[in-house]
Amino acid sequence: MNPEKALMTDEPAAPDILAPSESPAHTRIDVSAVAAMAGQRADTETVFECGDINVYYGDFRALRDVTLNIAAHEVTAFIGPSGCGKTTFLRCFNRMNDLIEGARVDGAINYHGVNLYQDEVDPVEVRRRVGMVFQKPNPFPKSIYDNIAYGPRLAGVKRSALDDVVEGSLTRAALWDEVKDRLKMSAYGLSGGQQQRLCIARAIAVQPDVVLMDEPCSALDPIATGRIEELIAELKTEYTIIIVTHNMQQAARISDMTAFFSVQANEMGQRTGLLVEYAPTSLIFTNPDDPRTEAYITGRVG
Amino acid sequence: MSVLTTPAGIATGAADALRRRPGADVAGSAFKWLLIGATVFATGFLAVLLAVMIVDGWEVLSGNLWHFLTHGFSQRSAAEAGVWQGILGSLQVALVTGLFAVPTGVATAIYLVEYAQGSRFARIVELNIRNLAGVPSIVYGLLGLAVFVQTIDGFTKGKTVIAGGMTLAAMVLPIVVITSVEALKAVPDSLREAAYGVGATKWEVLSRQVLPAALSTILTGTVLALARALGEAAPLILVGAATGFMSFGDANVLETFTGPYTALPVLIFNFARQPGADWGVNAAAASVIILVLVLAVNGLAIYLRNRFERQW
Amino acid sequence: MTPPMPQNTSDLSAADLRTSASRRAWSAGARWAFALAALVTVLVSALIIWTVASGAWTFISQVAWGNLTEIGWFPRRGLFDLSTLLVNSVQISVIAMLVAVPSGFGAAIYLSEYAHPKVRKVMKPTLELLASVPSVVLGVFAISFITPSILTNFFDDINFFNKLAAGIAVGLLVIPLIASIAEDALRAVPVALREASSGLGARKVTTSIRVVLPAAMSGLMAAIIVGFSRAIGETMVVTIASGGGDTSLFNLSLTESGGTITSAMAALGLGTDQVAGNNLAFQSLYFLGALLFAITLVLNMAGDVIVRRLQNKY
Repeated sequence: MNPEKALMTDEPAAPDILAPSESPAHTRIDVSAVAAMAGQRADTETVFECGDINVYYGDFRALRDVTLNIAAHEVTAFIGPSGCGKTTFLRCFNRMNDLIEGARVDGAINYHGVNLYQDEVDPVEVRRRVGMVFQKPNPFPKSIYDNIAYGPRLAGVKRSALDDVVEGSLTRAALWDEVKDRLKMSAYGLSGGQQQRLCIARAIAVQPDVVLMDEPCSALDPIATGRIEELIAELKTEYTIIIVTHNMQQAARISDMTAFFSVQANEMGQRTGLLVEYAPTSLIFTNPDDPRTEAYITGRVG
Repeated sequence: MSVLTTPAGIATGAADALRRRPGADVAGSAFKWLLIGATVFATGFLAVLLAVMIVDGWEVLSGNLWHFLTHGFSQRSAAEAGVWQGILGSLQVALVTGLFAVPTGVATAIYLVEYAQGSRFARIVELNIRNLAGVPSIVYGLLGLAVFVQTIDGFTKGKTVIAGGMTLAAMVLPIVVITSVEALKAVPDSLREAAYGVGATKWEVLSRQVLPAALSTILTGTVLALARALGEAAPLILVGAATGFMSFGDANVLETFTGPYTALPVLIFNFARQPGADWGVNAAAASVIILVLVLAVNGLAIYLRNRFERQW
Repeated sequence: MTPPMPQNTSDLSAADLRTSASRRAWSAGARWAFALAALVTVLVSALIIWTVASGAWTFISQVAWGNLTEIGWFPRRGLFDLSTLLVNSVQISVIAMLVAVPSGFGAAIYLSEYAHPKVRKVMKPTLELLASVPSVVLGVFAISFITPSILTNFFDDINFFNKLAAGIAVGLLVIPLIASIAEDALRAVPVALREASSGLGARKVTTSIRVVLPAAMSGLMAAIIVGFSRAIGETMVVTIASGGGDTSLFNLSLTESGGTITSAMAALGLGTDQVAGNNLAFQSLYFLGALLFAITLVLNMAGDVIVRRLQNKY
């Protein structure tokens, strides 16, 4: 691992369409500076270190040269306009992009010091530790109980212990009281918000280290969204959470760190995502360094 | 709840935990190869089928093919027999089938999509078409025998090419309707609205915009339906194709439509029923011919569809 | 060339807004022609039902009931043992399903879950092509290859015409149908479910078996039902490979020949000129047709209902 590489982001190579070309990209992950501003971060453990991540779909480069670190037991939010590659980037952390035909990830993501993109790493093992919650609730067409028990069963949890795992996961996802009397009923009978909490419970039932959330509230109404947000705040004491969101207020409410991504078009009209700024959430929303960030969060662009 | 107290603590020894373990996915590989085996079996038997038929029919295919293609049936010996009447009969039957099934099928599809979508009558017709599609072909033979051969024999003259063609037309009608419905549904409404917008009547919108746009897909479906008719023997047996190993004598082409007839698949059936290995050679050789014919027609249709597949 | 000019609307009357009579006539006429065609398709069904029902009724009202359960199917001797034909039909169709379901489902899972898009693009049309193989050819294949080259190695005293070979050949015939319906069912399972499973650390085989297959279960059931219905209705393979004669004695042995509902119909049809005099034998043709029609109709409607339910699920 190369600390300099991991901690600094180079300027984008090509001029950006949204900003004057002489303007550098402001990606501040200088740990001491961040710690000083945030007040409490100096001793935080790093879970992921990403160095120069590029993602391609076939010949098309979807994401360019992203370098950032993710700290343990924090909520890190990825924001940015559509097509900026934030979801693509999120799916790098548990190698979900492997499942997409033609997708290729260049660069290194170190997870507790282990590069996830080396040959010896089994993506299936990665996904057991780095769980994921998706944009639309996607419960299996099984009972509530079997939804939660699916992952633990794969991991070899004994039948006798399953009841406890199911209850514990549902409790932690703040769903137990609502469903404890109908565990054997289909998960499709739940409301959208309940289904998404079920999916969160399902994700944490395998005791992951990190939970990735891809716009988990975008399909939900404001009340259900509020409950999920509360849940995220509770969960971060135990899990490291990375969340992609379209909703800037949501990022501001729940996250500790925020990464702002933007899009850049090349001469051929292909739009590539890139990281513009990565800083503590309070700074991003009050005093962004990069004019592109400021333009986006104040609603002038995007 | 002790199982769930802490998230996986893997800060130490992470590299080991994430390592790909040899044999971890033996079941996965086995499953995949099982599936590949099934796929090879499911599609590969066509190659075996063709090979077996070519080998069995080699005697005729290699030395005698021209004679086989151009001569009619002979009671005397397998070596003298040919499939000419079968090929001609099949083409004639297919022609009649097309003449009856295509206009009726396409018109039904137009009615369902353009005029009556969602109406009670349309729902009945659709249900009816779906059920017709599943009726075994030999039952259509009964329809042909009772209605086309017997009831309206004034028109069909009994067990003739016309009766056979009408029988197969009834059989492939659902195929024509279903593919045409899909073709018409694929034409975007914006095209219809654009035509209405410049003052066209419904008939003008249909005949000048919608039908031309859907034509290639409808054509493909029609070809597929006729290929199906070309290979079908069971219903034709009931409407008389097998009974006569006739020679056409000096009947002119038009008269043959109202005379006795046979068809290639029925001829193969007759070859296969004769005792003796030499008839088996004929059956195999004729099988190769019908396979080539049907596969070529189908392949053409599938190729055309993929070629003209339009993204709206 | 004159540029387009706005119309003069100063003396517009309602008549100006009427389409010309001939254009209206064409439009109305076309509508009725199309409706008439749709009516023809209903007429076809009605005629089929009327044909088989009236013929079957003639048969039922004349046959001695005891002759429906005699030693076998000998229509010209007046013996119409239905169980002979039904048992043979079911035996052959079950063998066909034992061949077609594993390979058809296997191919469907492979194409839907594993195959590279390019492979899929080639294999799907190949399956369609296979579906067009004429059944007479498979009948010839059964007696010229399946029985002499394969089955004789396993069964010493196998009959040249036998139900086993017929069943295998019918199975080969319905593989494409089953594979195609099953593949549609599997592909209807949302990608999100596969992602959810992968995200929990499931391998592909686990996702396929524990998530995708159960989610597609109703469609897979429909594939089996529709495939079985097709197998029951298949005529030529069985007539050539198993039910050669127009008579058959009740037997359960798979290595013996035996007529089915369909092959008995074909045999009666081949001799329609001769049996026309023997009224009851001739009418039994329609009775069998009615039986076959009823069986396949029930099976197909069941399959249809299941497929429809599947379509509404996600």
